[in-house]
Amino acid sequence: MPEQLIFGMEVFLNGLMAGVLYALVALGFVLIYKASGIFNYAQGVMALFSAMTLVGMMNGQVPFSHLINAVFGTDIHHFGWHLPAFIGILLTMAIMVLLAWLVQKIIFKHLVNQEPIILFMATIGLAYFMEGFGDLMWGGEIKKLDVGIPQGINLWIDEATYNIFNYGFFIDNLDIFATIVAAILVLALVAFSQYTKQGRAMRAVADDHQAALSVGVSLNFIWVMVWSLAGFVALVAGIMWGTKSGVQFSLSLIALKALPVLMLGGFTSIPGAIVGGLIIGVGEKMFEFLVGPMIGGATENWFAYVLALLFLVFRPQGLFGEKIIERV
Amino acid sequence: MLYREAGDFKTTYKEDNQTFPIKFDRYRYYFVLIVAFLIIPFWINDYWANAIFLPFLIYSIAAIGLNILVGYCGQVSLGTGGFMAVGAYAMYKLMTAFPDVSVMIHVLLAGVITACVGVLFGLPSLRIKGFYLAVATLAAQFFLVWIFNRVPWFYNYSASGQINAPERTFFGVPVTGANAESWATYLFCLIILTVCGIVARNLTRGSIGRKWMAIRDMDIAAEIIGVNPLSAKLSAFAISSFFIGISGALFFGVYLGAVEVGEAFGINKSFLVLFMIIIGGLGSIFGSFAGAAFLVLLPVLLKNLFVAGLGWQPDLATHLEFMIVGGLIILFLVVEPHGIAQLWRLAKEKLRLWPFPY
Amino acid sequence: MLDSQVTQTTADGRKIGGVMMEMKNITLRFGGVVAIKDISFDILEGEIRAIIGPNGAGKSSMLNVISGFYHPQDGEVWFHGEKRPAVKPYEVARQGIARTFQNIALFEGMTVLDNVMTGRLTQMKSGVFQQALWWGAAEREELENREICEKVIDFLEIQSIRKTPVARLPYGLKKRVELARALASEPKLLLLDEPMAGMNVEEKEDMSRFILDVNDEFGTTIALIEHDMGVVMDLSDRVVVMDYGRKIGDGTPDEVRNNQDVIDAYLGVSHD
Repeated sequence: MPEQLIFGMEVFLNGLMAGVLYALVALGFVLIYKASGIFNYAQGVMALFSAMTLVGMMNGQVPFSHLINAVFGTDIHHFGWHLPAFIGILLTMAIMVLLAWLVQKIIFKHLVNQEPIILFMATIGLAYFMEGFGDLMWGGEIKKLDVGIPQGINLWIDEATYNIFNYGFFIDNLDIFATIVAAILVLALVAFSQYTKQGRAMRAVADDHQAALSVGVSLNFIWVMVWSLAGFVALVAGIMWGTKSGVQFSLSLIALKALPVLMLGGFTSIPGAIVGGLIIGVGEKMFEFLVGPMIGGATENWFAYVLALLFLVFRPQGLFGEKIIERV
Repeated sequence: MLYREAGDFKTTYKEDNQTFPIKFDRYRYYFVLIVAFLIIPFWINDYWANAIFLPFLIYSIAAIGLNILVGYCGQVSLGTGGFMAVGAYAMYKLMTAFPDVSVMIHVLLAGVITACVGVLFGLPSLRIKGFYLAVATLAAQFFLVWIFNRVPWFYNYSASGQINAPERTFFGVPVTGANAESWATYLFCLIILTVCGIVARNLTRGSIGRKWMAIRDMDIAAEIIGVNPLSAKLSAFAISSFFIGISGALFFGVYLGAVEVGEAFGINKSFLVLFMIIIGGLGSIFGSFAGAAFLVLLPVLLKNLFVAGLGWQPDLATHLEFMIVGGLIILFLVVEPHGIAQLWRLAKEKLRLWPFPY
Repeated sequence: MLDSQVTQTTADGRKIGGVMMEMKNITLRFGGVVAIKDISFDILEGEIRAIIGPNGAGKSSMLNVISGFYHPQDGEVWFHGEKRPAVKPYEVARQGIARTFQNIALFEGMTVLDNVMTGRLTQMKSGVFQQALWWGAAEREELENREICEKVIDFLEIQSIRKTPVARLPYGLKKRVELARALASEPKLLLLDEPMAGMNVEEKEDMSRFILDVNDEFGTTIALIEHDMGVVMDLSDRVVVMDYGRKIGDGTPDEVRNNQDVIDAYLGVSHD
């Protein structure tokens, strides 16, 4: 087999993996949008915040240590203990639920009837706030996250492909793990939304707030639940990305990448988020591989957006979204 | 009592149409102009120019531009940074290619070039609306930053990829480059801002402004009563980009003198200007000024308070700044979606009747 | 209308001319649903034509076809003796057709005056550069059009609310402002989609008076959709009755009132 083709296959597979990680972040958006019509720009920062909190918990960091030291002149940094990953995850999850509750109570309860663009801008405000808050709480430097996920090149695949193609594919264990986790998460979310009482209530709220109220669904409860779920998805995404590239500010930029994913897949479809993520992941990597060298490289910065833009011009509702019918 | 309009009747439509129908407002406006043009230039120094006045003047132009697109015409754009970059690089290429042409012409041409680019990236707005359009403008943002980074022609093949503004004079006085004094750069930007402000005010109170607002409020009804949505939206993109391009040209040429495109014109710039118009007030020229002033002054105040005053580390001040800005955005959206401009309007209404409550 | 064009005069002295608009075999489909099936009727210049029918009959869709928002899959629209090609809605507006909407479509971010001024947009021609400069051509045009709008505002008696943001107005006043906006464009044909909806008796009397005055003073041809039978019978010169997308009656109010098909489909018990 020609070398280019084999390289291409490797790039393709890596693209699929990257796509899965994008889809993971996109899922959080879809959840919130489905239930409340809010496009949560802060989803990426939530992933960052949850990862920072997890690291902080596990390393026994003192929250707000910089601030405390500046105000009181002290010099404390750590409590001195180390928590196992499992406990850390549970505690972080509890904090994310608290966050969901606060966000609902302080912000979105008051913005109930506003237009979508106002809600979107509120989430941008929330993103900025949480970024500052997260940095203040845990410090802005890069942190290493290790919850025990297998990392490094998968040796089995490397050998197997070497035997077949005479070229070992470098596929990271982390990516494989992330794919499996994402798949489980998607199935669980779909099952939850289709088959449970709360899931049904969530879909009712997504359709029509007033009608859902009239059949006795508590909007506040559903919204807190949805934001908590989104928080959980953010945490999983934060763990995956954080383990891969360290917990740092650029994690929040992943949110921006999720946008073209959603534009392709439609904002309200869970399978759409997955398909969109895969298309963007593969598309980006393949474009960079095939065309990148000719035009200077680093095309991954913009390719996803241009692709989504072109797509939208021809199909404004995305692949799976509902067709927008305008009535007068 | 002080702020009176009783007895101030308008007898012609022309009088009714004035920008400042109440005498007190008009005098206040003239007062501000006098201070700005005749007093500040004699007193200004480098610190004040660079920390406060120049950014305020320049961001006001950008805010006016973005407000036209977002606040008046309802087309959300997250590409402001990219368009400022177009203005900056157009300015750079023009300055270096035509060193004898007046720098003012370069600034205006940079605006025109940005307007053309703006129309191009505005074409999708005919099919795409709301969020989707916002995300599509991100394509413009990231693509433009990439292109100015990668295509060496734009930075005249320099090794560092940075662009530097050569010295140019306006009426014999240097306004760009290292020898430009603060009063000169200040006045140069002030003149441009004043003209831009007047033009923007004229456009938004005329038929084109009404077309924009009609599209914003209900675009289908607008089309049925005779507004061509294509020309209305594209004109909003064009004029908005014109202002934003001028702002980018000034930002590079007069204010910073040298830029690296990723830092100066990245997505954070887009959000910054968007925040200015949200906090200041969407659909209001005054709001554009107010929002620009607010977001230019806030970091300066915070740094002075926390770093100079309390001796904290600068990054703490930055974190707090993020929290305050984010929190304020949310606060304004919840409490007063029409921003400072509306608060100001309400205050004036109360003042009209003061001290009588009814 | 010139005296030579008058074909008949009504009992109360209004003049009616020749055919202004003709719908020929219009069929409109939305996917599998047929909203309008092979309907033909005409509108005479200067008349008040009512379109009535049960809910879902396709009346609003018909109005949307007339204003160019929907394009029929079959059939032709003829305006002033010429076949009208499939043009965009804003071009239809420029030909002199204005309308009001069933669910108010005012521009909520603007004042009453600004909304009425938007009705003049098809007539305001000054370019971007002139407007940027303002003083001179653009200002003159603005003041001229302001005068025209003020006349309409006077006519509809909404002077006191002209600077109020429309979002703050009660429903009845909003409907009047929408009518003002439509009238400001000095239309040849005015389409009214349920102008009396949600009004009490007094408001209906006011609105009826305005509609008659518009037709009488300005000679504007009016086509209106309305459910209140009393209003329809009193105001209109001729009536088209639709049911399930088909035309089941066409004639003067008396003719239609006595048409058995119409009675069966719609009226049930005849009023007054």
